[in-house]
Amino acid sequence: MPNLKDLKNRIESVKSTRKITKAMQMVAAAKLRRAQEAAEAGRPYAERFNAVMAGLSAAAAGSDSAPKLLSGTGADQVHLLVVMTSERGLCGGFNSTIVRLARATAQELLSAGKTVKILTVGKKGREQLKREFGDHMIDHVDMGAVKRLGYGEAQGIAANVLERYEGGEFDIATIFYNQFESVISQIPTAQQIIPAKFEADEAGGSGSVFYDYEPDENEILAELLPRGVATQLFSALLENAASEQGARMSAMDNATRNAGEMIDKLTIQYNRSRQAVITNELIEIISGAEAL
Amino acid sequence: MADTLQFDLVSPERMLASFEASEVLLPGSEGDMTAMPDHAPTITTLRPGFLRVVGADGTKEFLVTGGFAEITASSASVLAEQAVPRDEVTREMLEEMHAQATKAHEEATPEKVDMAAKIVADFAAAIETWV
Repeated sequence: MPNLKDLKNRIESVKSTRKITKAMQMVAAAKLRRAQEAAEAGRPYAERFNAVMAGLSAAAAGSDSAPKLLSGTGADQVHLLVVMTSERGLCGGFNSTIVRLARATAQELLSAGKTVKILTVGKKGREQLKREFGDHMIDHVDMGAVKRLGYGEAQGIAANVLERYEGGEFDIATIFYNQFESVISQIPTAQQIIPAKFEADEAGGSGSVFYDYEPDENEILAELLPRGVATQLFSALLENAASEQGARMSAMDNATRNAGEMIDKLTIQYNRSRQAVITNELIEIISGAEAL
Repeated sequence: MADTLQFDLVSPERMLASFEASEVLLPGSEGDMTAMPDHAPTITTLRPGFLRVVGADGTKEFLVTGGFAEITASSASVLAEQAVPRDEVTREMLEEMHAQATKAHEEATPEKVDMAAKIVADFAAAIETWV
């Protein structure tokens, strides 16, 4: 039977753990709301941008002069995987699900004889991928210093990726991130960003109107495509931020509940031990008195 | 014919403005243009400059750092890289933009040099009048 003092210490320590996880849950909830708002605020831009690009790229896709970002390099030998994860842990399966998807994709590509290069955004993904794909990692973007996610960060990553593309370092780029569905459900998603793909989702939208372009179409495309990469990265970052907080919130909620259960169990054990000690003492006293 | 068009100004981070306007002056990359109702559908890229929108409750001005605009007969959507309403513009911002424009002007190719000079002049004037 563990002694009473140890049990008491144990209960205290679990109680303070519960306090911490509870606090983390509340912080995550507050951050989640902000992240969700940011994701929603970014949506109109991305939607319009995609609508315009869908019209433009449909028109330009057929011509030979289409920019390289749209038509691709003509090869699919070298793949760049941009794996976007969080800077911090304690957020349930958030990072693992992204990494798992990226790992599966990488292995598939490797067994098909392709070359895989990996660029990680966020510390956690790098840690998890380093052992297996250490040789394939070409760069890492640290988001640790970023307090508030802005378009500037996305532009920075986009510039990095585009420079490599211009330098002929890869043919196809895919980003991996978690799509925010709800607090309890985040969907790991792979999305190809180079060569650019825009879904023309609306039939009656910009596709049916003939626009005047100023400057001409190709010049606009050449200017907008790099921006498209940044925009897609930015929405992925926003989705990821919301997902991270959602995942952390439910993970911490679970942890808080488990701590509560543990405290209950330990308290019962503590009370039983105390009772046993008292009973023992009584027996000793009584048998002592009888012996007289 | 409608006498207003739907004006939207969005940046990647948020939606800055959305209201009915009667005219929108855009800093197009090949020259200023004013979008009014029933304008021919146009897509244009923007240069760093100033956006002026005449709406029901007065004229609103924004500083934009570039982006593009989609104009149709009934709407004008500006997708700016960064946009700041006039009352939030500070002298430092303008001076920085001016410095950037001056640098771009010095490095500009002969066919782009006129436009670059215009951007420099725009910001020089804005430093005088805006703040």
